[in-house]
Amino acid sequence: MSIMKLTASTMAIAALSTTAAVARDNVQVAGSSTVLPYASIVAEVFGENFDFPTPVIESGGSSAGLKRFCEGVGENTIDIANASRAMRDTEVEACAAAGVEEIIEVRIGYDGIVFASDIDGNSFEYTPEDWYKALAAEHFIDGELTPNTFTNWSEVNPDLPDQPIQAFIPGTKHGTREVFEEKVILAGCEEGGYMQAMLDSGVDEDTAEEKCMAIRTDGRSVDIDGDYTETLARINADANGIGVFGLSFYENNTDKLQVATMSDVTPSTETIASGEYPVSRPLYFYIKKAHIGVVPGVKEFAEFFISDDMAGPDGPLAEYGLVSDPELATVQDTVANETPMSGS
Amino acid sequence: MTKSSLLAADARTKKRNAAESRFKAYGFAAICVAMIALVVLLLSVVTNGVTAFQQTYITLDVVLDEDRLDKEGNRERADMAKVTTIGYAPLLRDALLTKIAELGIETELSERDVGDMISKEASATIRNKVLANTELVGETVSLDVLASGRIDGYFKGRVTMQSAARDANTSPEALELAQALADEGVIVTQFNWRFLSAPDASDQRPEAAGLGVAILGSLYMMAVVLCLALPIGVASSIYLEEFAPKNRWTDIIEVNISNLAAVPSIVYGILGLAIFINFMEFNQSSPLVGGLVLTLMTLPTIIISTRAALKSVPPSIRDAALGVGASKMQSVFHHVLPLAAPGILTGTIIGLAQALGETAPLLLIGMVAFVREYPAAFSSDAGLFGEAATALPVQVYNWTQRSDPAFVERASGAIITLLVFLLFMNALAIYLRRRFERRW
Repeated sequence: MSIMKLTASTMAIAALSTTAAVARDNVQVAGSSTVLPYASIVAEVFGENFDFPTPVIESGGSSAGLKRFCEGVGENTIDIANASRAMRDTEVEACAAAGVEEIIEVRIGYDGIVFASDIDGNSFEYTPEDWYKALAAEHFIDGELTPNTFTNWSEVNPDLPDQPIQAFIPGTKHGTREVFEEKVILAGCEEGGYMQAMLDSGVDEDTAEEKCMAIRTDGRSVDIDGDYTETLARINADANGIGVFGLSFYENNTDKLQVATMSDVTPSTETIASGEYPVSRPLYFYIKKAHIGVVPGVKEFAEFFISDDMAGPDGPLAEYGLVSDPELATVQDTVANETPMSGS
Repeated sequence: MTKSSLLAADARTKKRNAAESRFKAYGFAAICVAMIALVVLLLSVVTNGVTAFQQTYITLDVVLDEDRLDKEGNRERADMAKVTTIGYAPLLRDALLTKIAELGIETELSERDVGDMISKEASATIRNKVLANTELVGETVSLDVLASGRIDGYFKGRVTMQSAARDANTSPEALELAQALADEGVIVTQFNWRFLSAPDASDQRPEAAGLGVAILGSLYMMAVVLCLALPIGVASSIYLEEFAPKNRWTDIIEVNISNLAAVPSIVYGILGLAIFINFMEFNQSSPLVGGLVLTLMTLPTIIISTRAALKSVPPSIRDAALGVGASKMQSVFHHVLPLAAPGILTGTIIGLAQALGETAPLLLIGMVAFVREYPAAFSSDAGLFGEAATALPVQVYNWTQRSDPAFVERASGAIITLLVFLLFMNALAIYLRRRFERRW
């Protein structure tokens, strides 16, 4: 027994020492869970058709991914970070401080954000103003901020169906929340003239914006910190619920969800690409230039990702719900020439 | 029944008896609630997941057209590799169209929609087959290819004509065609070995997703945990229990070990990232790092159960050994340890089972990932257990986040697989205890 244990521990120590010099031959990617499905579709086809191993794609969120991206240069750090928003200046600085100097920014396309409800329920035609009026914490009425008292969509706008307000919106840790607040709630606040009214009455701009984007917390609006699958489950359980989804999620679940129009535009890859549908955001990935040529396949994977075969308007990514970038050729040049983004 | 006892229960006895029967009823109710919760949980997992073990295949005779696959006509693998999987998809679609025409089935579907009934995985399967044996070009091969997720869902009852009418990814016509093909025996549903062996697949091909990489990753991690946690845990318990002086220091260590057992597991992940990846520079996403983190997490469990097992060996055994002249170490290794072994093994297996089901610490060391390549146990580049892998609970977590409804079935199927592994390990623990336990 004692001899057995001695051998086991010796083996374990030997195992540890053999792994001291490590290297990897696969591309390592981490970041946004919105970009994850697109990245894994590309990685799969890349692994099948090239002589490189299939890249490993981790999720965990844009911020977490960029944080790991900025940990430094070397085999034990990731090569590519996926992000559903542009890199912030503070992140670029953090990268530079850790020695990640040259970063190539690649925009892969656009993601639409849609409003969908139970397929057997009422259909909705929204404007951003409706959403502002329904979800704002406080309304600015007669020069004073009063708590939001609307409980039914028909009170918000007589054209909307008679249905209690129950919204499931992304939690604050999601990049989607930021887009929702800016492009729907704030836009609605401005369109309806509420922002102007506040400014006119002497409120300074930052406070006015803050008040516009404050979401009510009385249970009419529920933050979903999980994924779209959780939002879908909530809507299945509560037929009055309206959820915020990514376009690709909706397109995979059209048998359970119906989509609402925004300012009379139905969301689709076409209307988002043309800019008619207002609620969308660009998706990115960032490449560490120092890893090109060191970790095999980094540049090849990036080039394949944004090739017309993959990210073009007829490619598999568009089929899955990505809105193809009209300026894809420029992006392809950026990667081919390995042009780092300015300021990095 | 006639009353045979002469004893007349007085009021206090009756009260005590009533209290006792009430207590029994509470206990019974508690068990019932627990059982109902368990049954509901198992039922929902099994009803959702059992279909993952079945898969729908289409039998096709694929003509491997030389003009398409080998334009040079030289059967060189390097030249033929230039034809990507996108180039193979039309071959499969043509094969299915020919089959439909041969059988005389009428359909209004466009050629593109017919092609969409075949999984995107199929073109990769056939490409690999052709590149492995380039002589196949020009011949007609018969093979079973995966049907797409929606068609597969139809034969499992997940997709219905009503849902298909509203579904952007399929149509009632496609389901009717699939039914007609199934009636002719072209589409068959069979046991899904791929689910246990194939790697993960992207969101566009739920039908191809399997647990192969996850099972391998979990096995590697368990090997690391077993090789490290058992010797370290047993050695430290023996020292603490048999040799260490009882003073304030050992008390502090004891309290700390009990505390560590209750630390949230994500903390070990943070530690793993800082020490094993950033400082020791092991590969991220590797089962080695995962195993090391889980070892740290399991050690307290193993130490506590081993100490309990050592304590349960009666002192008379030690005294007898010492009395006939054995040294302290001889008494421990020759007498105490063998008697404590069943308890130690049980504790170790339960610790391993706990580690097998853990996701949180793996999140931070990069194992919650999309991994398609089977990890090798040893490679000269990455070292021992150094290649990227996932684990079973991670795969469940990943699949529940996917947008395609077919992944619900896959996630539940993965839970069933994980439960079977856990059941097996716990059964082994019970068997070992029964087989080797000694009572005094």
